[in-house]
Amino acid sequence: MNFDDTPEEEKFRASARAWLAENKFDYGSVVQDGKLFAAVRKWQKIKQEAGWGCLHWPKKYGGQDASPIQNLIFGQEEDAAGMAPLSVSNAITIGMAAATVMHCGTDAQKERHLPKIARGEEIWCQLFSEPVAGSDLAGIKTRAEKDGDGWVVNGQKVWTSFAQYSDWAILVTRSDSTALKHKGLTYFLLDMKSPGVEVRPIKQASGGSDFNEVFLDNVRIPDANRVGEVGDGWRVALTTLMNERAAISSAFPTNFEDAWALSKQTPLGDGAAIEDSAVRSMLADWYVWYQGLKNFSLRLQSDLSQGKTPGPEASAGKLLMGARRQSYISEALDLMDVGGPALSSANGAGWHFAFFRVIGNRIEGGSDEVLRNIIGERVLGLPTEPRVDKNTPFNEIPTSL
Amino acid sequence: MKFEFSEDQELLRDQARKFLQDKCAGAVVRGVLESDQTHDDGLWREIAEMGWTGVVIPEEHGGLGLGYLELCVIAEELGRALAPVPFSSSIYFAAEALMQDGSSAQKAAWLPKLASGEVVGALALAEGPGATPFSKTKTKAQSSGNGQFRISGVKGPVLDGMAADIAIVPALGEDGFGLYLVALDQNGVERAVEPSLDESRPQARIAFDNAVAEKIGDSGEASLRYLLNKAAVLFAFEQLGGADACLQMGVAYAKERFAFGRPIGSFQAIKHRLADMYAELELARSNCFYAAWALSTDDVSLAEAAAVARISISAAYFTCAKENIQVHGGIGFTWDLDAHLYYRREKLLSSVIGGQRRWREYLVQALENKEMTAADENARVA
Repeated sequence: MNFDDTPEEEKFRASARAWLAENKFDYGSVVQDGKLFAAVRKWQKIKQEAGWGCLHWPKKYGGQDASPIQNLIFGQEEDAAGMAPLSVSNAITIGMAAATVMHCGTDAQKERHLPKIARGEEIWCQLFSEPVAGSDLAGIKTRAEKDGDGWVVNGQKVWTSFAQYSDWAILVTRSDSTALKHKGLTYFLLDMKSPGVEVRPIKQASGGSDFNEVFLDNVRIPDANRVGEVGDGWRVALTTLMNERAAISSAFPTNFEDAWALSKQTPLGDGAAIEDSAVRSMLADWYVWYQGLKNFSLRLQSDLSQGKTPGPEASAGKLLMGARRQSYISEALDLMDVGGPALSSANGAGWHFAFFRVIGNRIEGGSDEVLRNIIGERVLGLPTEPRVDKNTPFNEIPTSL
Repeated sequence: MKFEFSEDQELLRDQARKFLQDKCAGAVVRGVLESDQTHDDGLWREIAEMGWTGVVIPEEHGGLGLGYLELCVIAEELGRALAPVPFSSSIYFAAEALMQDGSSAQKAAWLPKLASGEVVGALALAEGPGATPFSKTKTKAQSSGNGQFRISGVKGPVLDGMAADIAIVPALGEDGFGLYLVALDQNGVERAVEPSLDESRPQARIAFDNAVAEKIGDSGEASLRYLLNKAAVLFAFEQLGGADACLQMGVAYAKERFAFGRPIGSFQAIKHRLADMYAELELARSNCFYAAWALSTDDVSLAEAAAVARISISAAYFTCAKENIQVHGGIGFTWDLDAHLYYRREKLLSSVIGGQRRWREYLVQALENKEMTAADENARVA
């Protein structure tokens, strides 16, 4: 049992660290807006020109054929260098859209998009969820109808992060509503500048607008932009989703230090909060959880280092992160007492941002409930629920809209 | 990086698990629980013959001289099987205290016998309920010349106190706190069973009245903290094994028990409960792994890692033990089902070296010490 890099890993880490120290730049705030996405594009371009942009991709698409562990090590060093927010904001593009094109796309699609993605010239979003279909993604209704040598798409997507900054989208549609639910779907690549695409930012509970509604009104898509066979969209979508969970569960928050500092600087009674036994007890619990997430991800890292592929067990990490993080932030605000709601309080803006951001943590990329099903069924081997929608043509399945 | 046990250690686990499945079924645990035996002596002898008791004891003292990772693996399997033997008291406490602070003569006298299982040890830590600081220990040690001491005071509950031949007794001497070694078959020692909630691991109340004792090396308060930190990691693995057994038991039942025409594990009310047990257990397991590494390398983070592992696995074992019963429904509340054996053991193990409150405080102290050390280091560099 050890935590040491192998000699090759150590060498790789050292060269990543040295390059990052030379090339990192100050990009201001981490609020995800147009300014940040300009920095996201710039950083991707700088990385790619030096060979760090898409490490795990095959060489012929501009990658380095790097191992998963090298990819992870670069991510850790990028985080340490303060550049991780830029890469995280590009995770839908690299981790999901490009991954899907690479696994399921045609050669022409790969040649057209992968080099541009690698150079930061294309930002992508994910047109999956709809008002009637979130966790039950295969219940989407957006119609794709064949029209000559192309398709006409009508419908509405929702919760689309960064659609307003995106050049392209991955899109799941229903091409046959008389087929079984999972059999009538078709997957496309959509140019977001196509006529009929309208992006309307959604004002979130936090007040910000990271995600959007996207309306598709008689949008024409060439058949060359179809991924996989007609009616095989579910299989392609699963490829995207598997990559999504891997991308999100590796992004654990690491802010126990903030809570520790808070408890030292917040007054309580005659001294600082950290002198209070109830606060100490709470700090201990926070630390146990924080270390648990860290050690859990070290086990995943160890698997990668040993050449193993993490399985559905990794879902436990995201489940453990979300709900507990929400309590943690609430408890920290409570520690500030009357001052909790005030932005001027210690790192108030940071805690307030997190207070809302964590709502998303528990829903995006597989809600807590979906993750519990994955763990229950795929890790513990428990039986699935009886399904009323599995062997019924899609247009005969009851729906709320 | 290899943040997992080695192939050899996993092989040892397989052997230990098979052996215990064979020799330590629920009936063996109940044999002690339902009688006034102090432990299962047959099982104890076989465990000693296989060398488990001597895993970390040096070869020169009759042990195998292997590492703590091997001991963690064995602890996990003993915990999974609820083994009714005084392994932890004899090894994590008595042998460890002697290896840590004992004089050469003390080591030579006792370690071979502890390694062979011929002598059973215990730690007489508690003086009734509550977590008093070591400096307020009521038990007193008085020098009687020639390096001998006399111990007076009452200790209890003492895990395996009825099975033990010797006890490590924390006491206040004329020059402060220390650990003393006391043979229990002497006139100045009276002991009685202290009825407790897990009678598969009986406890005792021990009264010392001018009992003959010797001090273990130069032991002081720091020695006991160090001893407890190491024991916390080893107990954490016993807890991990027990918690995992509860989860597996709950999952198996959820697959075979039908209600409303389907296996109950297909209902999200049950499935999600089991998924939460799994997630909490994996978090704790990860912390246990880190603590095992810290113990095996005697890393500076041991105090912190031990507390983290103990706090998280104690909570996870409680979750798994109680929710396993809940998944079973009425049958879970019967004497005949083994679920309550884990429910009992969980509470024993989460209190044996102090409860959650105490260890949370130990953890925050460890973090404060780390911060002070870092500040000193920075000042030194500057």
